[in-house]
Amino acid sequence: MELSESDTQKLQKVGYDSSGTIPRAGTFLTKDHEIVSSETKEKGLEIIPLKTALQKYPWVEDLVFGLVSKEKDNYTREVAQRTPVGYFIRAFPGAKITIPVQSCFFIKTARFSQMVHNIIVAEPNSELHIITGCTTASYVKQGSHLGVTEFYVKENARLSYTMIHDWAPQVRVFPRSVAMIESGGVFISNYIALTVAEMVQMYPLAMVKKKGIARFNSIIYAPQGAHFDLGAAAKLVEPEARAEIISRVVSDGGEVTARGYLEGGAANTRGHMECSGLLLQDGGFIHAVPELKGNFPTTDLSHEAAVGKIADEEIHYLMTRGLDEDAAISLIVRGFLDVRLKGLPPELQHTIDTMIEKASLESSW
Amino acid sequence: MSISLLKINNLKVRIGDKIILREVNLNIEEGTVHVIFGPNGSGKTTLVGAIMGLPQYEIVAGNIKFKGKSILPLAVHERVKLGISLAFQRPPIVKGVSLFHLLKALKKSEKDILSSAESLNLKDYLYRDINKEFSGGEIKRSEILQMKLMDPSLLMLDEPESGVDFENITLLSKIIKETLEKELPIIKRKKSGLIITHTGFIIQHIRTDVGHVILNGRILCSGNPQEILERIRKYGFEKCVECMKKKGNE
Repeated sequence: MELSESDTQKLQKVGYDSSGTIPRAGTFLTKDHEIVSSETKEKGLEIIPLKTALQKYPWVEDLVFGLVSKEKDNYTREVAQRTPVGYFIRAFPGAKITIPVQSCFFIKTARFSQMVHNIIVAEPNSELHIITGCTTASYVKQGSHLGVTEFYVKENARLSYTMIHDWAPQVRVFPRSVAMIESGGVFISNYIALTVAEMVQMYPLAMVKKKGIARFNSIIYAPQGAHFDLGAAAKLVEPEARAEIISRVVSDGGEVTARGYLEGGAANTRGHMECSGLLLQDGGFIHAVPELKGNFPTTDLSHEAAVGKIADEEIHYLMTRGLDEDAAISLIVRGFLDVRLKGLPPELQHTIDTMIEKASLESSW
Repeated sequence: MSISLLKINNLKVRIGDKIILREVNLNIEEGTVHVIFGPNGSGKTTLVGAIMGLPQYEIVAGNIKFKGKSILPLAVHERVKLGISLAFQRPPIVKGVSLFHLLKALKKSEKDILSSAESLNLKDYLYRDINKEFSGGEIKRSEILQMKLMDPSLLMLDEPESGVDFENITLLSKIIKETLEKELPIIKRKKSGLIITHTGFIIQHIRTDVGHVILNGRILCSGNPQEILERIRKYGFEKCVECMKKKGNE
């Protein structure tokens, strides 16, 4: 495979290890529309191109556009018209895959419009962790990425999905995803974007059934020129379903709309939303849009949102310990973004920590 | 001959439109510990804040020299590099930043951080957000932990005993004394201290060399700290000043 050293470095920045030194349960790599690598290292885990899955298992047909509507918008319609490029990842019943699977969607050709469709199935009582990185070759400035992803989290299964974006300044990105969480299932979705993209727009939805849990965490750093419109929605459709939506957003001149929607539609459902925003300079904005809809008397939904700048008092305090102003701000921003993501294996948390660390050194703060 | 470490001449400081300090003069020699007594609102915190260079304290007139040079043009962190440090009375909570992260950012070794935290019973607090849900005593111990690792030439302590129980006072005083090189013979000590207090309790635990009384933004008298404290306790701040003045005139 012809990946240059600079490509490999770009992939590494989004959690994709090409060297084979970091433990991974499996790998899936797509370059433009070419599937470069698709392999499984663990028992009970299947990673194949979606096209192959459709040939192999007749029932997969029902999963394709089973959750996301084909007619949702122009982007889903475009993806629906193509032969699917993307992965089918499945953890077999009872399989506990604690080492993360890595995947990457890489735009190698300038002005390329990448369209992908992914299906993930965590069968009953299984455990699966996936890191998906999306990035461009260093010379690519423009391009677009449309992605449909459908998550099937079966009874008592546990799925974590961590998506890391590192796009070029003029790339436009429109992921569309829906997760169905069956009884007792746990779905954790983490989204991390720390660099400029012309537009990222997404609003994944989780439908949570009896005693199921959905958690969405977003860690966003928006430099000047970044336009992010993102968030998450969870509908608690059966009794005792729970959801949590947490976002930490830093605008360093970038524009961010952080949405959240929780709907309590059954007995004893619980949901909480938290949006914290930090504004580092003039010019950007953070628009927090938290929405709660309770349509059952015993649902319990809450949200807290705060947007503001770093208090001078905190910066000056750190300066009295010997840090200059920039170092003090950087320490506070790092701390702000350093969310301990619940329920992740240490290996995956480590990958994320390293990324935040790297991004903080490379960015201008 | 003793060497002047900090020399303040005719210092006038305001916060916003309000003049807080007027014509303050103070000279701290190397190896000595000074204590400033004063009621709430007398300008004590403003004085140490102005020495530290915190921007809310605006210098209207006068000068502050440290190790022979004016420090007025220097930013807070540059003053720290010269050896000035301040333990806050009420430090802010810094969300997301733990004591450990801060001390690592200051390039302190993990070994030193852990052993100092151990000596101040702060091991369990190292990884929590600084000052968040800390008790009064924990806040003071955290401040002193940072001071100890910063190892300054001038250690300024703003009300180090407030909100601290007896057991903690003993522990805090021990670490403060170590930081001030109190174990060395007097002529070998290089470290100086400036303690501000309104109760004065702290000087029963840490021997101080010179005492001052500050009232309405002026240092009105100076002398033996024990003697001053006894008079304040007997007569109150205002009368103590009159009394000390008379004594000086006799």
